[in-house]
Amino acid sequence: MLLIPCPFCGARDETEFAYGGDAGVERPTDPEAATDEAWTDYLCFHDNPKGPHRELWFHRDGCRRWLEVERDTWTHELGAVRLSRP
Amino acid sequence: MAAMQRYSIFSLLRGALSGHRDWEPAWRAPEPKPSYDVVIVGGGGHGLATAYYLARNHGIANVAVLERGWIGGGNTGRNTTIVRSNYLLPENQRFYEHSLKLWEGLSRDLNYNVMFSPRGVINVFHTDAQRDYWLRRHNGMRYAGIDAELLTRADLARLVPALNLSPDIRHPIIGGVMQPRGGVARHDAVAWGYARAADALGVDIIQDCEVTGIDVEGGRVTRLQTSRGPIGAGRVGLAVAGHSSRLAEMAGVRLPIETHLLTATVSEPVKPFIDTVVSIAATHAYVSQTDKGEVLIGGSLDGYNSWSQRGSPARLEDILASASEYFPRVSRLRQLRHWAGVMDMSMDGSPIIAKLPVEGLAMTGGWCYGGFKATPASGWCLAWTLANDAPHTLNAPFSLERFRTGAVLDENGAGPVAWGH
Repeated sequence: MLLIPCPFCGARDETEFAYGGDAGVERPTDPEAATDEAWTDYLCFHDNPKGPHRELWFHRDGCRRWLEVERDTWTHELGAVRLSRP
Repeated sequence: MAAMQRYSIFSLLRGALSGHRDWEPAWRAPEPKPSYDVVIVGGGGHGLATAYYLARNHGIANVAVLERGWIGGGNTGRNTTIVRSNYLLPENQRFYEHSLKLWEGLSRDLNYNVMFSPRGVINVFHTDAQRDYWLRRHNGMRYAGIDAELLTRADLARLVPALNLSPDIRHPIIGGVMQPRGGVARHDAVAWGYARAADALGVDIIQDCEVTGIDVEGGRVTRLQTSRGPIGAGRVGLAVAGHSSRLAEMAGVRLPIETHLLTATVSEPVKPFIDTVVSIAATHAYVSQTDKGEVLIGGSLDGYNSWSQRGSPARLEDILASASEYFPRVSRLRQLRHWAGVMDMSMDGSPIIAKLPVEGLAMTGGWCYGGFKATPASGWCLAWTLANDAPHTLNAPFSLERFRTGAVLDENGAGPVAWGH
């Protein structure tokens, strides 16, 4: 069970959050101009490390802010948590 | 290579008369040779099936299967053993129906009892919308010549007397669908049966042998670096679902796969009270009873990338609550153990059985929740792909390129969200 330290709400149970996946994914700034290659990379080809992972979590049942969380996908150890930039 | 000791009622009697002291090992434990025509990475059901069909269907027996741990000790031993072909998309229907037909003859084919039990797979639904979805899916199956039936509440009461059909619960059951030819098989026996049959055809099964690197020279795979030294390979097949992205990365290939956990649990053994597989739409839990009498319950993903093989207690609580709601007597059973398998979650919920963009390298993976039932056809198709350096019609749709061309196979229409399938 993860206890995610939300900067607003304090440490909260994982069941309050919705997972948002790899935080390193960048949406092409001009989708109309993006190549199929770039668009597919954005949609489908994400990092899948066994170890440190920078990922997004949405505090659905709390402050409803998107957070950027460092978490180890092997040990579940949590690192820095900060608000995700829009 | 010694001829395989065939199992039969007579060999069993002979064994009984000699106190069961002269059984041969089911497969050899060879030292790895310097090189092979084909090396399969992963000694689970899929990898062993690939090796077996390479030798049997294509006459390629100079094959090694490399297993990091022991045969049957990985995801082959962590699934919920369900076999079915109840899919909507024609590509999935053809592939999984081929698999189901292989299951139906597998024990005879391997001379090993995989305890395939076509006891029927039932999906129950709770709303008109869910009924429409399941009817559409099962009408699609009938259209493709696959068995499918609609069940009324009276049918359910007859087939699954232990099911809670009360109208007074939170999500009452209004009906169900069934694939009668679906069922369960003994997962360890599948791995052991394929291992034994592949070994008898000359395949080297090498356990305790972890692949640590894949050598690519001039765009072609040449060699595997392993914990037991380098092993040359003409072609390499990856069958390591759960870890596909790590192995592909060793060859410089990026996959549209994320690794997630799927929790399952078994209770203490009790007398038989459920002789089908029941999957509950409202809460996505599926319940069956093993031959040992344990109630086996699986659920949905934990929901975030993880390789830990430890399920979240939150998800365990969900699936136990669900099973207790629909099978009230389960609430009084002690749970013996729970575990989580690591899933290759692909971006459209369908597998990848394809050549990779490195010459001589192919894979089967991206199995999401559904790898066990696919074991025979997955091996059959990967063997074909490795032998012919091209996919069979059955697995051509399961390419890596489909994510770029847009020809994705999104059975649930969930979109490119790995944990949404």
